[in-house]
Amino acid sequence: MNDTLHVVLRLVAVLVAFLVLPLLVGQTEHKVMAHMQGRLGPMYAGGFHGWAQLVADGVKFAQKEDVVPADADRRIFQLAPAVALLPYLLVLIVIPVGPHGFVGEAVDAGLFFVLAVMGVGVLGSLMAGWASANKFSLLGGLRTAAQLMAYELPMLLAAASVAMAAGTLSLPGIVESYHWWWTLWQLMGGLVFFTAGLAELQRPPFDMPVADSEIIFGAYTEYTGLRFALFLLAEYAGIVVLCGLTTVLFLGGWHGPWAGSVGWLWTLLKTAVLAFIVIWLRVSYPRLREDQLMKFAWTVLIPISLVQIALTGVVKVVTS
Amino acid sequence: MPLPGSGLAKGLAVTLRTMTRKSVTARYPDTQPELPPRSRGVIALFEENCTVCMLCARECPDWCIYIDSHKETSPPAAPGGRERSRNVLDRFAIDFALCMYCGICIEVCPFDALFWSPEFEYAETDILDLTHERDKLRDWMWTVPAPPPLDPAAEEPKEIAAARKAAEKQAAQAQAQAEAEKQARPGDAEGGTGEGEA
Repeated sequence: MNDTLHVVLRLVAVLVAFLVLPLLVGQTEHKVMAHMQGRLGPMYAGGFHGWAQLVADGVKFAQKEDVVPADADRRIFQLAPAVALLPYLLVLIVIPVGPHGFVGEAVDAGLFFVLAVMGVGVLGSLMAGWASANKFSLLGGLRTAAQLMAYELPMLLAAASVAMAAGTLSLPGIVESYHWWWTLWQLMGGLVFFTAGLAELQRPPFDMPVADSEIIFGAYTEYTGLRFALFLLAEYAGIVVLCGLTTVLFLGGWHGPWAGSVGWLWTLLKTAVLAFIVIWLRVSYPRLREDQLMKFAWTVLIPISLVQIALTGVVKVVTS
Repeated sequence: MPLPGSGLAKGLAVTLRTMTRKSVTARYPDTQPELPPRSRGVIALFEENCTVCMLCARECPDWCIYIDSHKETSPPAAPGGRERSRNVLDRFAIDFALCMYCGICIEVCPFDALFWSPEFEYAETDILDLTHERDKLRDWMWTVPAPPPLDPAAEEPKEIAAARKAAEKQAAQAQAQAEAEKQARPGDAEGGTGEGEA
């Protein structure tokens, strides 16, 4: 009985984090992006510097009509937002936040689980694009698929390099065996992982599949109301998950001064800094063209990640 | 050759620097904008100066100025003289739905009865309500700012130049008179007769 309660409490905590953190990232994006462009951003909702803007947006989305196009594949169309969103919730469960079992649920092959489930999230966009019966949606969906193919590989290779270095697939285990010089050792892998993750989330500058000015938000063209909001939420949840994972794999998670008592704070802080970088990149760089996008993955990221794996192997053999 | 990736770093630096600076957003409904001098917000009527000459209404390219008036006669100043008549303004309205803010009416007004006011918050929900009558136009007169000072090297305004010329002429006359008096003083016998000549 006590165990059940324990599990339920953990899951509720993860759910709360899942609902709150993406909104925090979204609000930060509103404000940071505005100030980077010399604007103020939302100032009215909630009174103080528009802190409740995303709550207001949510209310607005909930009021809108939920339209399904006549020719759309109804079931798939309606299911797609959930498929896009839920994987990130599942991933969030296994990301370790602090030492001494501060994690939703420790999974032995956590790294495998995380990468596999994150790949499912992209299926949501693919389903949406195919089911919408709209050429722009289809274009967006196919681009999403191509992007997933191209960027999943360097991401896996970079993650594999960390697993080799730590000698374990368990996420808490990887953080446990982290040393500060790992960040330098795995620097290339970290950059590849972060970049490929951005591409998988279809964040600018890798947002060719959604390119709102060219193919009208790609796979999400036909979506309105809450379902559209779920897709947006999935994007921000994806940022949280990607930054959390990069923190855990490459930046040492809860390691830092007084890690024993405030370790969770270190994880959150590092995640927040990475989330800021995600926003910063979005503001600074123009969108990559589709062929540039593919070329970048196959001719830059994959070779770098292979070099990283070789480096990891050599150092591992030399030091052991 | 520039370092590879230096362009990427430069892009990041630009956005980060902008973030630390003050944003340029004008918070309009909360704070009033600082409008430049001679802003063309609305046309104000100083109806005390209006003589109903109708020049503005005739020159208006949009025909958006409506003027009604009647004539009033006042009794002659001296008995047996002619009656004096003057124009009295009954209605002066500008349809700001038609007005294109060209300012020709203000330019042509010979009596300085029309002015630009920087007031711009007179939107209406019905286009018919944009025809504003004389009381509203008169009220806007209070928002007309004093004319901005001239540039340091600007030409002298005409009225000041005219007044200065007149004053200088007078001064020259007075001086000439004084000198004439001085010359006349040695004789002194017939002094004083020349005074009225100047």
